Amino acid sequence: MEPIIELRNISKNFGGITALNSVSLEVNEGEVVGLIGDNGAGKSTLIKTLVGVHQPDLGEIFIRGQRADNWNAKKAREAKIETVFQDRALTPQQSIVWNIFMGKELRYPLGFIRVKEQQDQANRIIREIGFTSKLIDAKSQVGNLSGGERQGVAIARAIYNDAELIILDEPTTALSLIETQKVFDFVNNIKAKGRSVLFIGHNIFHVFDISDRFVILDRGKVVHQLEKSDVDSPENLIKIMKETVEKGE
Amino acid sequence: MNKEYTINSFISENSRPLSSLFYFVLIMTIFFTSSPEVFFSPKFHQAVLTVYPIIIFLVIPLVFVVTMGEIDLSFASNFAFASWIFSLLIKTFSIDPFLAFLFGILAGAFIGVLMGCLVVYGRISSLVASLGALFLIRGFLFVVSDSKSITIIEIRNHWIYDLLVGKFFGLPMQFIWAGIFVIISYFLYHRHVFGAHIHHIGDNPESAAQMGINVDRTRIFCFMFCGIGAALAGMFSTLVNFTWWPTQGFGYLLLALASVFVGGTPTWGGVGTIFGAVFGSGVIAYMETGIVAMGWSGLWRQFFNGLIIILALLGHRFHGNRIR
Ligand SMILES: Nc1ncnc2c1ncn2[C@@H]1O[C@H](COP(=O)(O)OP(=O)(O)OP(=O)(O)O)[C@@H](O)[C@H]1O
Ligand SMILES: [Mg+2]
Repeated sequence: MEPIIELRNISKNFGGITALNSVSLEVNEGEVVGLIGDNGAGKSTLIKTLVGVHQPDLGEIFIRGQRADNWNAKKAREAKIETVFQDRALTPQQSIVWNIFMGKELRYPLGFIRVKEQQDQANRIIREIGFTSKLIDAKSQVGNLSGGERQGVAIARAIYNDAELIILDEPTTALSLIETQKVFDFVNNIKAKGRSVLFIGHNIFHVFDISDRFVILDRGKVVHQLEKSDVDSPENLIKIMKETVEKGE
Repeated sequence: MNKEYTINSFISENSRPLSSLFYFVLIMTIFFTSSPEVFFSPKFHQAVLTVYPIIIFLVIPLVFVVTMGEIDLSFASNFAFASWIFSLLIKTFSIDPFLAFLFGILAGAFIGVLMGCLVVYGRISSLVASLGALFLIRGFLFVVSDSKSITIIEIRNHWIYDLLVGKFFGLPMQFIWAGIFVIISYFLYHRHVFGAHIHHIGDNPESAAQMGINVDRTRIFCFMFCGIGAALAGMFSTLVNFTWWPTQGFGYLLLALASVFVGGTPTWGGVGTIFGAVFGSGVIAYMETGIVAMGWSGLWRQFFNGLIIILALLGHRFHGNRIR
């Protein structure tokens, strides 16, 4: 079967900095891929290029076997790829509803928004992700939420948009243990539905638990692609990562 | 949900427009108490009635631009550019005034698109770009018109005159058009993807781009909208006066800007209010004409204008700072 998304020899420079150096990567249907690497390895740049936020300097992107020309963020969302960005990509002065439907508003003809429908859906989503505060509703401003709650909004936006590939860039950073567990439940849920996840995390134990396959990025290069069966344990994965860093230096 | 809750949430959700309304009522109360006879004389309101709709056409699109985190000063010259096209087509080329009106709107939109492209592709700050355009367009008009005005008194006999600036049961038609403009703009601003995207872009352009919003295109459209508003204002003003003149619209530059901020739209982008701007324009329009009508010395006009702007902005500070 065709991979949902495939990158071939993607390179990306920012001025003099080479953030990605001929990176190739694929994500297949129904698999969870863990993308790991040190700070500044290029993980976020990789996923931003993948979803069309950055344009690659070199290389090609294929979506379900089709070459993606003039790839951009809008097209990526139309292709059912949703992303939780590391910076969350929220607009703090706007309401939760507007954030959840940002860029994918429910529309009448001529671009008018289905206000009531959005409101109802957002309230349902808020209940499902289980915000504890009673004061929060769809109209609450995102900027008044806690860090964890904001993250919840960003994750909810990705999950409830019926995506086939969900990309999570360090989704658990500001979360409590219980909330982290919730994110893992979400990921397992998505996988059970036959959808795919690209998961970026700093906590190797988390990434190990959740992923079927690992891609290790180091200074803009893919240095390892490993099946879970090749790795055995998170300790092993950490060892492999340490070795690559030392080899590089 | 009890009644008290709905009233409270209405107030908290609309605090900006409501406080602008408060300033408007306050100004009117001051005028009323200082001289009730003048207040109820038609003369007092007449001047306002001609200025007010024109300010509305300028101010509402500015609310969009400011919400988007940008500014456009070129409207004050675009005002005269569009109405120059309008007057020229009628006077020199004898084109049907209705067609000329449509061309005038196109001309305003065209300048707006140019402004947008300059900001988006030229990567110049909109403040500086539009400041340049403000002088450039005005300069162009001085040169091409040889600093002479154009009179189009004959327009009086055309149906478009009655339709646009005639009287409807005593009410100037431009009031009705401005009202329609406000309502359409309100829906665009709050219930249309254009308005939603403008809010997101003004709030955090990176987030908007990451979520697939076409930031560049939306920005250009927003400047275009501003150009259309300026064109409407310019042509309405020309119709009311039967005359185009090369410095036309310049006096509205600071008045329209002040109306946006007195109206409760903050300078930082991401939030704003259409109805607040309507009340803000009311405050400014009455300050402009009311003081003299009240029989006070016109020398005080600018002083009071400045005072009310500063006081209103201090008042709006209670709505809090930017949430990040
Ligand atoms: N917009 C940008 N402009 C300039 N340089 C950038 C930009 N984005 C990323 N970089 C550079 O590219 C490199 C890779 O950054 P990236 O954010 O992809 O790393 P990362 O692996 O996600 O790191 P972290 O784990 O800290 O999030 C860094 O050196 C960074 O400074
Ligand atoms: Mg990162």
